[in-house]
Amino acid sequence: MSVQITVNINGEDVTREEEPRKLLVHFIRETPGLTGTHWGCDTSNCGACVVLMDGKPVKSCTVLAAMAQGHQIRTVESLERDGRLDPVQQGFHELHALQCGFCTPGMMMTARALLDANPDPSEAEIRTAISGGICRCTGYKNIVAAIRWAAEHPATVEQEA
Amino acid sequence: MQTPAPFEYERATSLAGAIAALKAAGAEARVIAGGHSLLPMMKLRLASPERLIDINDLESDLAYIREQQGEIRIGALTRHAELLDSELLAEHFPVFRDAEEVIADPVVRNRGTIGGSLCQADPGEDLSAVCAALKAHVVLQGPSGERIVAMREFQLGPYVTVVAPDEILTEVRIRTSPGAGSAYEKVERRAGDFAIGAAAAALEIEGGTIAAAGVALSALAPTTIEITRAEELLRGARPSEELFEQAGGIASEDCAPMADGRGPVDYKRHLAGVLTKRALRRAAARALQTEA
Ligand SMILES: Cc1cc2nc3c(=O)[nH]c(=O)nc-3n(C[C@H](O)[C@H](O)[C@H](O)COP(=O)(O)OP(=O)(O)OC[C@H]3O[C@@H](n4cnc5c(N)ncnc54)[C@H](O)[C@@H]3O)c2cc1C
Ligand code: FES
Ligand code: FES
Repeated sequence: MSVQITVNINGEDVTREEEPRKLLVHFIRETPGLTGTHWGCDTSNCGACVVLMDGKPVKSCTVLAAMAQGHQIRTVESLERDGRLDPVQQGFHELHALQCGFCTPGMMMTARALLDANPDPSEAEIRTAISGGICRCTGYKNIVAAIRWAAEHPATVEQEA
Repeated sequence: MQTPAPFEYERATSLAGAIAALKAAGAEARVIAGGHSLLPMMKLRLASPERLIDINDLESDLAYIREQQGEIRIGALTRHAELLDSELLAEHFPVFRDAEEVIADPVVRNRGTIGGSLCQADPGEDLSAVCAALKAHVVLQGPSGERIVAMREFQLGPYVTVVAPDEILTEVRIRTSPGAGSAYEKVERRAGDFAIGAAAAALEIEGGTIAAAGVALSALAPTTIEITRAEELLRGARPSEELFEQAGGIASEDCAPMADGRGPVDYKRHLAGVLTKRALRRAAARALQTEA
């Protein structure tokens, strides 16, 4: 029942024999070196599994790997480039936007997509954008501040569109 | 780990191909659009289709919002995010933007589609009430051609619609008119959740009189429910606070909510009345603005 599935993750094609029922979150996490994407509620509610599909945030626990074939997937591992952090990562670092870190990959990918579409978001726009993610530690305040920080320091790393 | 039961997967490359694939596979095949209702059900084994026909590659044919022949036409694969952003839709039917702002969260809205929402026919689903209040029609394409079905006749029961196993919903059509105003009011337990209760209202006001009215509720009956007695009351009357209060009273009486974790029956009936009144009030204010 297995079929060949190829998903382009962070610019590289990953090809494996999988059953069509393989969810994208597991396809990603079972790829060596790509366990940064987290898997939490499994019910599309918590946002820990958010990755970018053609630049837009999606919950990878609710996308089949087979459905991602032919699309560009971006995970948290792609944020750092040549040893330099993405402004979003730097912002989370500067403003203590994580405690346990479970929600962090989803939050950061959601933030990256927001800033790509809207480089100067208001606090309200940030809160709306991350409303599909649940953080049990921080109370969100520092996450919002970190994303603002990233907006104010866009040049830390050149981002691809 | 929640894993769906095994199935075969194929991608449609054309609408005709998708319909042919559905026909060949029989009743055990399902279309998958955004997958944000179907995959959760498959993960819980509430649905176990043997074959999925993925229609996401048909975006260039089935994802659009356009004005044509006195109607707004929305392709079935149009995502919630696109419905929320559309200025054309907000201009003619602001009820869509009201509803989309509170459907799930922005990430879910990047995937879920209008076609999937209507075909899911979840009684708590928001766009079914929106389309019912707007007296929308849907286009269904099957092996023997297309048919057009009124929203009023679309749902057969909870999670059951008139869409045949080998049919695909391709388009939603809503007639435009001057003096139209519409609004959506929803109460939820927390941001992004399905409604405890919600009301959609659509009015057409001509010369100070209500020429056409639509009122539909979400999550307040076993299916999306149109409050026809309220619609009859409204038609031909002049908009007023008392009139909307009365219409709300009818909605309280005619809805059929069930007690569940979201609340008891008497609370939900109360909600039906209040939300209907508020939605009508806003719909009327908007209609009077466009009428001028
Ligand atoms: C966390 C979460 C929160 C949500 N909150 C809300 C909410 O507050 N309000 C709300 O209204 N909804 C909510 N939803 C549901 C969301 O709107 C879904 O995306 C939508 O109901 C289904 O759209 P879909 O494209 O994902 O459909 P799918 O899951 O792909 O399909 C649903 C059903 O419709 C059928 N189908 C799909 N497209 C077609 C077509 N064109 N022709 C024929 N059959 C078709 C499928 O076979 C399946 O049976 C929520 C979902 C999630 C995951
Ligand atoms: S694991 Fe996907 S949203 Fe929680
Ligand atoms: S940092 Fe622990 S859940 Fe967000």
